[in-house]
Amino acid sequence: MPIAEKDVVWLQEPKLGLLGQLYLPAIADGLRTTVGHMFKPTLTEQYPEQEPKLPGNYRGVHRLNRDHEGRTKCVACYMCATACPAHCIDIVAAPAPATWKDREKYPETFVIDELRCIYCGMCEEACPVDAIELTTLYDLTGLSREQMIFDKEKLLSVFDVTTKAGTDPVRTRAGALGPASEPPPGA
Amino acid sequence: MPTVYVNDKPVEIGSQKLNCVQVAELAGTLVPHYCYHPGLSVVASCRMCLVEMGTLKDGKVTMIPKVFPGCQTPVKDGDVIVTGDYEKRDPKTPKLAYDAAYKPGDRAKKSQADTLEGLLLNHPLDCPVCDKAGECKLQDYSYQFGRSQSRLVDEKNTPPNKPELSSKITLFTDRCILCTRCVRFTREISGTAELQVVGRGHHEEIDVFPGRPLENKLSGNVVDLCPVGALGSKDFLYTQRVWYLKTADNVCPGCSTGCSIHTDVNKDVVQRIRARENLDNQGYWICDEGRWGYHYVRSPERVVRPLVKDAGAWKPAAWTDLLPKLKYAIDEAVLMSPKRVVVVLSPFLTVEEAFATGSAFKKMSPFVRLVLGPVPVVGEDDSYPKDVKGNPVTPAKFTIRAEKCPNRKGVEAVLAKLQGEVIPFSAVLPEFGSLAAVWFAGGYPNAEWVNDAVKAPHSPPALLVVQDFFLTKLAEAAAFVLPATAAFEKDGTFVNHAGYVQPFPRAAKPPVEARGELQLAFDLGNRKGLATVATVRKDLAKALPEYAALAELKPSAGKRMELATV
Repeated sequence: MPIAEKDVVWLQEPKLGLLGQLYLPAIADGLRTTVGHMFKPTLTEQYPEQEPKLPGNYRGVHRLNRDHEGRTKCVACYMCATACPAHCIDIVAAPAPATWKDREKYPETFVIDELRCIYCGMCEEACPVDAIELTTLYDLTGLSREQMIFDKEKLLSVFDVTTKAGTDPVRTRAGALGPASEPPPGA
Repeated sequence: MPTVYVNDKPVEIGSQKLNCVQVAELAGTLVPHYCYHPGLSVVASCRMCLVEMGTLKDGKVTMIPKVFPGCQTPVKDGDVIVTGDYEKRDPKTPKLAYDAAYKPGDRAKKSQADTLEGLLLNHPLDCPVCDKAGECKLQDYSYQFGRSQSRLVDEKNTPPNKPELSSKITLFTDRCILCTRCVRFTREISGTAELQVVGRGHHEEIDVFPGRPLENKLSGNVVDLCPVGALGSKDFLYTQRVWYLKTADNVCPGCSTGCSIHTDVNKDVVQRIRARENLDNQGYWICDEGRWGYHYVRSPERVVRPLVKDAGAWKPAAWTDLLPKLKYAIDEAVLMSPKRVVVVLSPFLTVEEAFATGSAFKKMSPFVRLVLGPVPVVGEDDSYPKDVKGNPVTPAKFTIRAEKCPNRKGVEAVLAKLQGEVIPFSAVLPEFGSLAAVWFAGGYPNAEWVNDAVKAPHSPPALLVVQDFFLTKLAEAAAFVLPATAAFEKDGTFVNHAGYVQPFPRAAKPPVEARGELQLAFDLGNRKGLATVATVRKDLAKALPEYAALAELKPSAGKRMELATV
C-alpha cells in the first residue's frame, strides 16, 4: 500500500544560531568526553591476550553432559533433533547396554554439525534429561568442515574440559523427569 | 427411519446394529476408547468411552442419571447420547429439550478425566524414550481429555520389563494399561491364546505361560493393537521416532491375499509395515511374514545397479552404455528368430508393468512368447483362528496364502489378453537352451524361489537378461543382470487371489541406479514420453475393459473388480 500524502511529515533541520555556527561549544563538548575517558577505568579487552568472562547463559559450543557414572546422560529421545531449526543434530539410537539398569535407550552416535548450528539453544530447552547444554566456549575454529562436525566423544570431551575448567558448571534441574537426570549422589 | 441423537445431532442408523462409539463416529464425534476394537470382542474394561444416555420421547429428553460404557451399549431409535465433548458441538444444531437442571456433558467429561487419571497412576512418564510417543492414544487422550497434573503421592508401580515375551516382541510391563486387546487377539483371532492377564487388581500384568512364548504367525498385530507403548516390535525398537515417518497406503507383496498395509518410510528407507484396515480384503490384520518381510529391500546382497559379466566377474555398468547394447541384442534376436524369444513376466510385477513389458515385445513381433514366471507356493493356505490342537476353525478370520506372490491373477489377465493363452514357466524350461533370447522380468524377494524353478543345471539361452533382486542361479548364467524395483518403490496395481484389484502409490524411491520396469519397457519399445502408471493405465483401460476403472481411480482406493479372463 502506498503511503498517503497526509501521513508524511517533513522535518526541517533546526537552524544554527551564532554560537552553533562558531562550532566552539561543540568542540569543547567533544573534548570533554575525550578527556573524561582518560581518567575513567579502561573498558577495552585485550583479546586474544586477555579472554573475556562471558555470562553463564552465553550460547556457545554444545556439550553432552555425563551422569555420576561418567556415562552420557542422553537417552536418545530425538527431542533436540526435532526442535532444531537448522537440522544440525543427527542421532542413531540403540538399546542401552545390559549393564545400564536405569535406562533402555542410549545414543549410539550423536553428531552435531557446528557449522550448520545457529546457536539458538532450542536443543537445550527441549532436552528432558538436561543432557545437552550450550557452553560459554565461543572461539570455535577448525581447518576443515569435517573437523566442525562434532561426534559423541567430542561433545563429551567438551563436558570434561568445561567442567574441569570451572567455566560452565552443570546446570541441571535435578531429576525432574527421569533417572537419567538424577543428581549425582552427594551433589 | 430409526434416529439416534449424538450431542443433539440426529444420526439415522437404519437397520445397523451399532454401539455408542460407532454412532458417535457416524455423527463425526470422537468417543475416546482403548479396549474397544471393532475386530475384537467387547469387554468395556478401560472405561474411557463413558457417555451419558437418555431417551427422546414426545419431544422431551429423559436422561439416565449415570454414565454408560459407549462400546458396550447398543443404541436404538430415539436414544440420546451426550459425550464429554458436548460443548464442542456445532452451535447451529438445535438443542434438545433437556431437563433445566441437567448440564449436558458434565458427567461424561469428568468421568473421562477421572478414568485417565486412574490409567496414568502407574504409567511411567517416559514418553521421550517410548517408541509409541507421537501416535500414543494415552498421550493424545490425556492431552485432549485428561488433567495436566497427577495427584499421586505414592510411588508408581514399576514391574520389570519382559523382553523374553517373544522373539519378535518385547513388553514394557509398566506402560501397560490393561486394555487386554492383545489378550483377546491371541484368543479370538490367532486362537493360540499365549497371552493372559496374571495377578489381581494393582498387580495385574500381561504375561505368557513359562516356556510358551508369544510365537504365532500373526503375533505382530498385538503391537499395532496396543494403544500405548507397552508392546513393542523388536524390529522397530528405538530405530525411529514416529513423527519422522511418512506413511503410504500400500499393498503387501508377500502373498496372494495382498493385504492392505501402511508403509512407514523415513528418508526413502522402509522402516515399518503396519496393517491397514480394509474390510473388503483382509480385515484388520496382517501376518508377521508381511510385517517383517520387507528387509530384502535393504539387503546388502541386493542388485542395485545393472551388472554385466566381464572376464567371469560381475562388473557394474552405466545405463547409458548398457541400454543401446541391450536393445541391439534384443532387437537382433527378435528380428532373426522371433519364435525363439521368450519374455518371462513374474507374478511380482504390477499389472501395468506386465502390460507395458508384454506389449512392448508383442509390438516388436507378435511371435514373441510371453510366459508367466515361476509362481512360488510354500506349504498350504494357513487359516486362523486355530483351536487348541492347532487346527483351523471355521469361519476363518485371517488366511495366509501358500501362493507367495501378490499378482498372479493380474499378470495372467494381461498375458491372456496379449497372446490369448497363459504359458507356465515350466513349459518353456525344457527348451531353454535352444532359445535365442529370454527376458526374465523377475523381482523375486527370495532367491530360492527362482533357484527351485530353474532346475540346475540348465543350459542357458543364447541371450539371457535377468531383472531381479538377487544373483540367483538363473542370473549367474545371464549376459545382463538388471536391478528390479520392489512393490514399495513403485506405483502400480495388484490383483489378489479373489480378483480384488488394489492400486497403490509409491512409498520410497528405488535405489538411484535402478531403472523401473515401466521405464525399461518404454525404452525397449522405443516409446517416447514419461513412463508413468497413469499413461499405462490409459492403454490398459483400452485393452482390458475390466481395468477401465483404474484409469480414473485415485491411488490407494481399492475397488473390487471381477476379471472376465480368469
